[in-house]
Amino acid sequence: MTNSFSGKAWKYGDHIDTDVIIPARYLVSSDEAVLGKYCMEDIDKDFVRNMSRGDMIVAGENFGCGSSREHAPIAIKGAGCSCVIAASFARIFYRNAINVGLPIFECPEAAASIETGDEVAVDPIAGTIENRTKGMTFRVAPFAPFLQELISAGGLIPYARRRLEERRKGA
Amino acid sequence: MGRTLVSAIIAAHSSQKAMEGEICQVKVDFAFANDITGAPAAESFREMGADRVFDRERCALLPDHFTPNKDIASAEQTKKGKEFAREQGMLYWEVGRVGIEHAFLPEKGYILPGDIVLGADSHTCTGGALGALSTGVGSTDLAAVWALGETWLKVPPTVRVDFRGKRPGWVTGKDMILSLIGRISVQGARYMALEFGGEGIESLPMDDRFTIANMAVEAGAKAGVFVPDEKTLEYARSRAAREFTPRYPDSDAAYARRETFDLDTMGPVAAMPHSPDNVKPVRECGSPEIDQVFIGACTNGRFRDIETAAKLMEGKKVAPHVRCIVIPASYEVYNAAMDKGYLRIFTEAGAVVCTPTCGPCLGGHMGILAAGERCVSTSNRNFVGRMGSPKSELILASPLTAAASAVTGRLTDPRDVMSEDFFKNLEGK
Repeated sequence: MTNSFSGKAWKYGDHIDTDVIIPARYLVSSDEAVLGKYCMEDIDKDFVRNMSRGDMIVAGENFGCGSSREHAPIAIKGAGCSCVIAASFARIFYRNAINVGLPIFECPEAAASIETGDEVAVDPIAGTIENRTKGMTFRVAPFAPFLQELISAGGLIPYARRRLEERRKGA
Repeated sequence: MGRTLVSAIIAAHSSQKAMEGEICQVKVDFAFANDITGAPAAESFREMGADRVFDRERCALLPDHFTPNKDIASAEQTKKGKEFAREQGMLYWEVGRVGIEHAFLPEKGYILPGDIVLGADSHTCTGGALGALSTGVGSTDLAAVWALGETWLKVPPTVRVDFRGKRPGWVTGKDMILSLIGRISVQGARYMALEFGGEGIESLPMDDRFTIANMAVEAGAKAGVFVPDEKTLEYARSRAAREFTPRYPDSDAAYARRETFDLDTMGPVAAMPHSPDNVKPVRECGSPEIDQVFIGACTNGRFRDIETAAKLMEGKKVAPHVRCIVIPASYEVYNAAMDKGYLRIFTEAGAVVCTPTCGPCLGGHMGILAAGERCVSTSNRNFVGRMGSPKSELILASPLTAAASAVTGRLTDPRDVMSEDFFKNLEGK
């Protein structure tokens, strides 16, 4: 997670569940491009058509609640979103986003200030979210050290591969 | 300061101190995926460079969501999972010998007291009824567990929930958990564990405990755990597929918060559209007319659920304009219900009884709703579009309330259909 992102915000409310992020009827595929086409369809059928690559989803509390389907962060990536900013995330979605490499930022103040259409820039290294439309900057709490290690390893797949190699050498 | 149950379980599976808030590497006792999450997990497993699962008897794949496969795409997906399971020699059961994962695995003794269980399905928390730290993850997380036999878990703060008093016959596990979610909201236990206890639990059948643990995730919780008692241990001992060591909270455990409920005054409740925390007493919901009733799912497809619904429907008819779909959660439940004559009660009432599957609960198959249709369901989520059209409505309730509603054609408090004697007789065991 080294690059900074900027784009237009698409704002949603609290408790955006995984069923509206990607409805179960599409869970016969786990392909990013396929799932991306239906992202947010049941809450905003025009989202994918109206957004541009690099735009971000901004939401209130408990984003990604519900099903464990990893297809939800994959669909958001597949739609071309650069990241999700929310007041808080549901636990499984939080883990899944880190595991599949979807950048997420928990920042209640930024989430409250940003409205649909605002230009937003995020610098994950500096830990800042800037609402350029409103001229406001917010600090993001850093990830716990273990999660930083996981993220800098490139996600859970390379991390697990490294652990397996260490075990093979140790054996 | 003493440990809560979840903290005690994590400490027993980790070399770390497992203080609250600490991220611990923990050994996992059992790990499973289903026909939706299994194929992507198999793919991640291969990308990790893993060649075999950590233990064939502790890793499982269960086809239950779209199976018997609803279309070609789901058949292809299920096939990928099955091929992986066969290649690995891990636990796998075909349609006809399986059931909904969260009902089937405890029945077969694969989820046991004191365990850490990871499942690629959010309702893995159901296993908490057995005093296990059983929690849902995504496919990649699960793949890493299959490869490494371990995962990372943060030691969560715990909300202690006590049920006091004597439970009237019309109060089921579903009414108890919906009442809790209604009080604390869908994020009231986010990043936390729920620990259930109190004297009101002592007489509570295991099946109702599974229902309560099942919906812990609907309050945002990582796990919903019951402190093991004699009933838990008896259930586990009679079914255990391997050794287990139950864990217990310390008497001076530090809880983040306490919630207490009096069962004496509790009545049937329902979660109205479109959130599991939009909970009201059934009698205050305005008796909306309904098009469908679904009795089943990992929440309420167990024997006691089927039994209480059947007893209420005995000799009655489903309202002419209503579809009533009954799905036992496993073949153990299906066969027991058949032996008791309950399945016949449903079909004679005009309901349809289907093979064990998650189908309708997630809008998968066998019970999809059209725009404008309204369903009373014993499942666990009533999000927009959960059971079909985003313009449909879902009301969550207990099997008793669902059965009463099927008969009247409107959302109905079971006390408005049955006498007090009926509910007394329900508590036979």
